[in-house]
Amino acid sequence: MVGVVIVSHSQTLAEGVVELAKLMASDAKIVAAGGLDDGTPGTSFEKIYNAVEEVYSDDGVAVLMDMGSAVMTTEMVIEAMEGRKIVMLDGPVVEGGVVVALEASLGTPLEELQEKVDEARDTKKLDN
Amino acid sequence: MIDILKAIAAKIDEEKDYLTELDNEIADGDHGVNMAKGFDAVVAKLDAMAGKDIGSILKTTGMTLVSTVGGSAGPLYGTAFMKAGAKLAGKNEMDGKDLVEAMEAAIGGIQMRGKATTGEKTMLDALCPAFDALKEGIEAGEELKDALTKAVKAAEDGVEYTKTIKATKGRASYIGDRSIGHQDPGATSAFYMLETLLANI
Repeated sequence: MVGVVIVSHSQTLAEGVVELAKLMASDAKIVAAGGLDDGTPGTSFEKIYNAVEEVYSDDGVAVLMDMGSAVMTTEMVIEAMEGRKIVMLDGPVVEGGVVVALEASLGTPLEELQEKVDEARDTKKLDN
Repeated sequence: MIDILKAIAAKIDEEKDYLTELDNEIADGDHGVNMAKGFDAVVAKLDAMAGKDIGSILKTTGMTLVSTVGGSAGPLYGTAFMKAGAKLAGKNEMDGKDLVEAMEAAIGGIQMRGKATTGEKTMLDALCPAFDALKEGIEAGEELKDALTKAVKAAEDGVEYTKTIKATKGRASYIGDRSIGHQDPGATSAFYMLETLLANI
């Protein structure tokens, strides 16, 4: 099963996305890497690195990030873990996180997850 | 190099409230505090680096900033110092030509990491004109101090220039046109670093 890491500047937001995703996919391997070590807002190289390690398997790991340093720091973690199967997904963290956790728990391979996130992004919530 | 980095840390700490204030006006208000925290962590490692070559010192500085800053300045300045360090590997002294090469690598690293260019209201608007001035001076045979003096002036002008333009990169881009009139905190901290370098060579 593909592992999933949610990266956000906010620890509570990252944990909240994991909470929400687990309602849909209780057995998903999804973990939060939000905020700095002391819980204040920011993105932490170590937290992201350790989160990827925690859910890593040969099936790989998908990472969803919020903005700015969350993206850049994740890039640096992936560079530091060169040779491992880790993919950054581009899309909404909340809707994308739920969809990716669900798909991963159903056995969807890493290569197909970006497409699922794109669908989540394009799904309208209102009819108009 | 260790003394220069300590001086930069002191300058950043001195200006941390001002940098945070600038950041508060256009973005998430963490730049000063984050940079001070990162350079505090750098200073804590510097004494153990005594006797090491400039490249290793800069590489450690970069890695420490990546781990401790927490905002965009972490991966950006972190990558910059790591790239500069790679250029100066094994060197115990730095001349004008070395500084040109190191700065070119550092700016390349920032552009690669931030996918940014000049005119977007970022640290590059201070660093790129400074680099151009430095390179021109060194290639014309000027002393390092003279060329760097011009570079610092160019960086200062670059900071002023950021007041006139709209942010299209980074968190400040969310406020669009309303960012005009405010000076960019990243360009400001980059100017402080160059100014401190000049004062300590």
